Amino acid sequence: MLLIECPWCGKRDESEFSYAGEAHIARPLETGKLSDAEWADYLFMRKNPKGAHREQWLHAAGCRRYFNAERDTVSYQIKSTYKIGETPSEDRA
Amino acid sequence: MSKYSIFSLARNAMSYHQNWAAAWRSPEPKQKYDAIIVGGGGHGLATAYYMAKEHGMKNIAVLEKGWIGGGNTGRNTTIVRSNYLWDESAHLYEKSMKLWEGLSQDLNYNVMFSQRGVYNLGHTLQDMRDIQRRVNANRLNGIDGHVVTPQEIKAAIPHINIDQGCRYPIMGASFQPRGGVARHDAVAWGFARGADKYGVDIIQNCEVTSILQENGAVTGVETSRGKIMSPKVGVVVAGHCSVLAEMAGFRMPIESHPLQALVSEPIKPILDTVVMSNAVHGYVSQSDKGDLVIGAGIDSYNGYGQRGSFSGIEHTVSAIVELFPIFSRVRMNRQWGGIVDTTPDACPIIGNAPVKGLYFNCGWGTGGFKATPGSGWVFAHNVATGQPHDLNRPFALDRFVTGHLIDEHGAAGVAH
Ligand SMILES: Cc1cc2nc3c(=O)[nH]c(=O)nc-3n(C[C@H](O)[C@H](O)[C@H](O)COP(=O)(O)OP(=O)(O)OC[C@H]3O[C@@H](n4cnc5c(N)ncnc54)[C@H](O)[C@@H]3O)c2cc1C
Ligand SMILES: [Zn+2]
Repeated sequence: MLLIECPWCGKRDESEFSYAGEAHIARPLETGKLSDAEWADYLFMRKNPKGAHREQWLHAAGCRRYFNAERDTVSYQIKSTYKIGETPSEDRA
Repeated sequence: MSKYSIFSLARNAMSYHQNWAAAWRSPEPKQKYDAIIVGGGGHGLATAYYMAKEHGMKNIAVLEKGWIGGGNTGRNTTIVRSNYLWDESAHLYEKSMKLWEGLSQDLNYNVMFSQRGVYNLGHTLQDMRDIQRRVNANRLNGIDGHVVTPQEIKAAIPHINIDQGCRYPIMGASFQPRGGVARHDAVAWGFARGADKYGVDIIQNCEVTSILQENGAVTGVETSRGKIMSPKVGVVVAGHCSVLAEMAGFRMPIESHPLQALVSEPIKPILDTVVMSNAVHGYVSQSDKGDLVIGAGIDSYNGYGQRGSFSGIEHTVSAIVELFPIFSRVRMNRQWGGIVDTTPDACPIIGNAPVKGLYFNCGWGTGGFKATPGSGWVFAHNVATGQPHDLNRPFALDRFVTGHLIDEHGAAGVAH
């Protein structure tokens, strides 16, 4: 069972959260000018790395707020969690 | 290689079964092949088999980083059915079903394909409308199936709970009589033996670490056992397809998730068919050995760890116990996970990659075991001729650009 630290509520059991996929995917600004391939890349293509992954979680049965996490997709260890709009720890150094 | 038969069995009994020949060779990799298949799961091995058998390509290697069948092929709950909603998927899975029906004879290897029927349960009015629609669509595509009532289900499966007062009452089901199960390891071994017979090299403990290219075309692969050259590379690595795509320099619309299963201690025969439920997310059958084989849902997060979450087990087991209260005291023996490659439309991606000579077959997610022979058959055509077969053309990667998705989410009963 994962123990996940919500940046607002603190450490809670995995079952309180729902997963919301890869983080930091920005919606393109000039959508009218996007090609089909650019739309496909934004909508469907994912990094899906084996190793370090930045991803979004929702504290569904808690404060109901989204936040980001850096987690290893092999060991499942969560390196850090941070609020939407913040930079992950390793970029701060 | 000797043919398996009653006579070979008798002959080998004379020497106490000590002298059976290995079912396939373990050769050193050559420097160059006409084609390389990356991934020695059922789909990769079937691809090599049909390339040799149907397309006369015999100078092929299958490169497997671990042992053959050690990925999802040897970890799944072995349910086989073809009752998918949309024409594209119905045709592909039904092709596979037809191959299953002659597979043991074709391979001269008993894959223990058992057409014991598959029930997909409905628990709400909307489930039942979807089931009716799917069964009608199936029948128009020549795929067997009918809708059954709770009483008919109870008559066929005496221990099932059709009490209408429980949280998710069984309101009916679709039944596909030709569905069933097969022995997963035997499928990998049978295709390996069959491919080896045609001269295909099956190379285990050989991990592909990069894909070599020159002027936009594939030239070979770098592996843990050295460089191996080939103008054609077919990648069939399930949960690792994004990793291989990254090596080749493009992105995939795929997320890898853990999916788990568990088996009970062996018990006397109690369930002679397959029961699946989308709404409560559990599915169960009984193996010939006697253990109940139970499958769970995927863990929500991306993961490459071959294990599943405890909350996932708890959820599934509670669903199974509600369907079969009599199973509440059966002890569970083993639990494990695989890494499944899910796509946005719950359909596979089979076809040419954006690099010349490179082909991908992946995205089978939680439900590709049933497709093993059909997937290998179409992909063999695609790799051998360089062009997709009509059956796999709709499943090209560029459907995510054109928007021609084949939305089997929910439509296909449960996703396994
Ligand atoms: C718990 C569970 C239950 C399931 N239940 C069902 C079911 O009931 N019915 C059904 O139809 N489907 C089911 N599935 C799905 C099914 O198992 C898969 O879709 C199918 O087996 C995929 O086969 P494959 O040959 O493509 O993949 P795999 O068998 O996973 O083979 C891929 C191989 O590629 C190898 N590989 C990866 N990277 C490399 C590399 N770099 N170099 C060399 N080799 C590499 C891996 O080691 C692996 O052996 C289930 C899956 C799981 C996990
Ligand atoms: Zn919170």
